[in-house]
Amino acid sequence: MIDSLHKRQSELANSNKQLEFLSNGIFKNGELTTFNNKIAETKQFPLKPKKLEVLQINLGYMCNQVCEHCHVDAGPDRKEIMTKDTMLQCLKVIKNTQAHTLDLTGGAPEMNPHFKWFVEEATKIGIKDVIVRSNLTILRANKKYYSLPGFFKKHNIHVVSSMPHWTKGKTDKQRGSGVFDKSIKALQELNAIGYGMPNSHLKLDLVHNPSGAFLPGNQVALEKEFKKALLEDFGIQFHNLFTITNLPISRFLDYLIASENYEDYMYALVEAYNPETVKNLMCTNTISVSWNGFLYDCDFNQMLELPVNSNLKHISEYNEETLQNRNIITSQHCYGCTAGAGSSCQGNLIP
Amino acid sequence: MQKTYYDPADLKKFGKISDWNEELSSKFFEYYNTVFNEGALSEREKSLIALAVAHTIQCPYCIDAYTGDGLQRGITKEEMMEALHVAAAIRGGASLVHGVQMMNKVNKLDL
Repeated sequence: MIDSLHKRQSELANSNKQLEFLSNGIFKNGELTTFNNKIAETKQFPLKPKKLEVLQINLGYMCNQVCEHCHVDAGPDRKEIMTKDTMLQCLKVIKNTQAHTLDLTGGAPEMNPHFKWFVEEATKIGIKDVIVRSNLTILRANKKYYSLPGFFKKHNIHVVSSMPHWTKGKTDKQRGSGVFDKSIKALQELNAIGYGMPNSHLKLDLVHNPSGAFLPGNQVALEKEFKKALLEDFGIQFHNLFTITNLPISRFLDYLIASENYEDYMYALVEAYNPETVKNLMCTNTISVSWNGFLYDCDFNQMLELPVNSNLKHISEYNEETLQNRNIITSQHCYGCTAGAGSSCQGNLIP
Repeated sequence: MQKTYYDPADLKKFGKISDWNEELSSKFFEYYNTVFNEGALSEREKSLIALAVAHTIQCPYCIDAYTGDGLQRGITKEEMMEALHVAAAIRGGASLVHGVQMMNKVNKLDL
């Protein structure tokens, strides 16, 4: 298992260093157009929010895995975990929000000691879609997590899980040795209780991130490949595949720099820029809440420590109407969401 | 002066071929793009064929393009290497099978 940037005390563990890196070099010398100038070409700067649809809450950066590409720099050494007090503040917001989706992420959100309580309380409120972004291996990591599949089913949780490839080699290379086999077992277990089965209301979606310095392929074609291979090899079924572009931040930025792929990757992102995706960017319909309750335009801005451009910075002072008037903070990393068919936590942004 | 015949950046300029003959280039690119659409063969199979042919004709632009294309499609390195061995086998076989001509000639001329 690799170490997080924080544990390695890497310079890039500091978000300011990442932002500095992304603003210098090929963007400073004019070789490539900055993101804000790019969206200004089609009069889309500054980016403004649309109707709020998704409240994404990060329950903590602790994780049982240390994936090569992780934009959270999550790992077992990360101790940032949402407290019950902050969760209570979140629940107050969930009660009054117009958002139809609650998206719980991490780290491994299940590792938060108040995870089950929080999910029970949130589902009681009746928000339409409650997503848990589960890394799958957590379901078999420790006896105390063995009951999670049943818990998910009881509360009709929508499970979204990462699976970069249908083969062991590519998956383990990105997510760590042994992750593929454990993920397969967890998927089989979820299938056995009805998750991911055709016509089942128990939603199971998979996420594909490219395992290297290249952009994801066609989402529809990849979903077809995933479904065929997982069914033939392991009898596994799932509903949708979301392809997500790796954004050049945190551990993936560290990898790009170390492997001397940074410039080529940024060129690829900028060349694939699609102005049609901008109006559908997830930051336009999402608010991201960090483990300590601060508000961000998206999970990536959270990791870069770029809070919302508003007087309201914290969940305790949340006011949806005020937040809807903000300008969204954008920078070079946003090219990751506008490449090709676009990228978001729900996959492509345009068909 | 450019020090090598091939520059990776030239691959991105492929479309500029149209600048000097738009009509023929348009026809070529239309044909090219249609060839790679899903038909009796899948786009994935066509990508692997393109990768093998790229190595046969030793085109660095094509190798660059279709290695990247394969990765995006989730094609594994094992699949890519097997495709290359098919190309290598045909290419090597093509040399060797001409040995029959050589043998025929030797048998005709030699005592």
